[in-house]
Amino acid sequence: MELIARLSSVVLPMVILLAAAAALCRKTDVFAAFTAGARDGLGTVLQLIPTLCGLLCAVHMLRASGLFDALAALAAPLLNAVGIPSELAMLMLVRPFSGSGALAAGAELITAAGADSLAGRMAAVMLASSETTLYTVSVYFGAAGVRRSGKVLAAAFAAELTAFFVAAAAVQLLW
Amino acid sequence: MLSWIWIAMIALAFGCGAVTGRLDAVGTAAIEGAQAAIELCLTIAGPICLWSGVMALMRAGGLTAHLTRLLQPLLRRLFPAVREDRRLLETIGANLAANLLGLGNAATPLGMAAAAALGKQSNQNASRELCTLVVMNTASLQLIPATIAAVRAGAGASAPFDILPAVWIASAAALAAGLFTLMVIGKVRRWN
Repeated sequence: MELIARLSSVVLPMVILLAAAAALCRKTDVFAAFTAGARDGLGTVLQLIPTLCGLLCAVHMLRASGLFDALAALAAPLLNAVGIPSELAMLMLVRPFSGSGALAAGAELITAAGADSLAGRMAAVMLASSETTLYTVSVYFGAAGVRRSGKVLAAAFAAELTAFFVAAAAVQLLW
Repeated sequence: MLSWIWIAMIALAFGCGAVTGRLDAVGTAAIEGAQAAIELCLTIAGPICLWSGVMALMRAGGLTAHLTRLLQPLLRRLFPAVREDRRLLETIGANLAANLLGLGNAATPLGMAAAAALGKQSNQNASRELCTLVVMNTASLQLIPATIAAVRAGAGASAPFDILPAVWIASAAALAAGLFTLMVIGKVRRWN
């Protein structure tokens, strides 16, 4: 456990140093390249604001209406059987359809339950290890001009469910 | 797509709030949610800018290209039908490398280009190679999930990146499950 903490704390400074050194070796104007990239990042966040504004508004409304509690209670027997706190039901439900929707649900949960709580950690790991499956499939099959996507949907959903369960199991095992 | 999800969420909140008699709380929550969105964006803006800058350095330093080359032997095994097509394998490798480094914006156009080439090759059929490409992209293989770590940091996590090993395990398991499902499907029904 301590080893993991130390390892993951080394990763970030190391990656930054490595990236800067590699760019320097190629005779790049390192700081100019960095700021140009950072500006792109700012664009990403700016684009995210209106979307998150609408979605977090809806997520907070759903929580206040009592639907989350009802949904959690409904999903509890199933989720608890595999060791997943029932608060995660909403996140898992939204994940395949909408990336920003899942981010909104996850951020709300992480703030409400605490970043270092079991549910908060599981939400973070689930978000990071799964993908907006339906969007990805439709974009890629659309680009390929292929219409029949039954096989790949089965495989992609198997991957998504596995990500959820393994994320829950890994968090429980490690913390 | 998102329009329907959004309308459904709000309609459900309204209906459920009316049933439980909490409509006033639902109204307050709508404003709070909008506020929370700006707070969230402010807390993650810094880390995302930092990370995008570091990513730009990686590209400038040729690390993405290097990773693409490193992935070639693996890709020749995963995409047997196109193993001779070096340009296509390089595109797929660049897509995978961009995913690994968290360059989502760069990964999608590369993946679409590869998908288009694979679709052309299989006469617009869902070939095994095309399905493999999609599964690779739905497993969310990223070495450093910067956005989620930023959200955790904003919520006061003691070590925002301590979830890394769990994320790697879950992503790898997802990829394995997806590829395994494709293999089983391939045994039951023939690829065309």
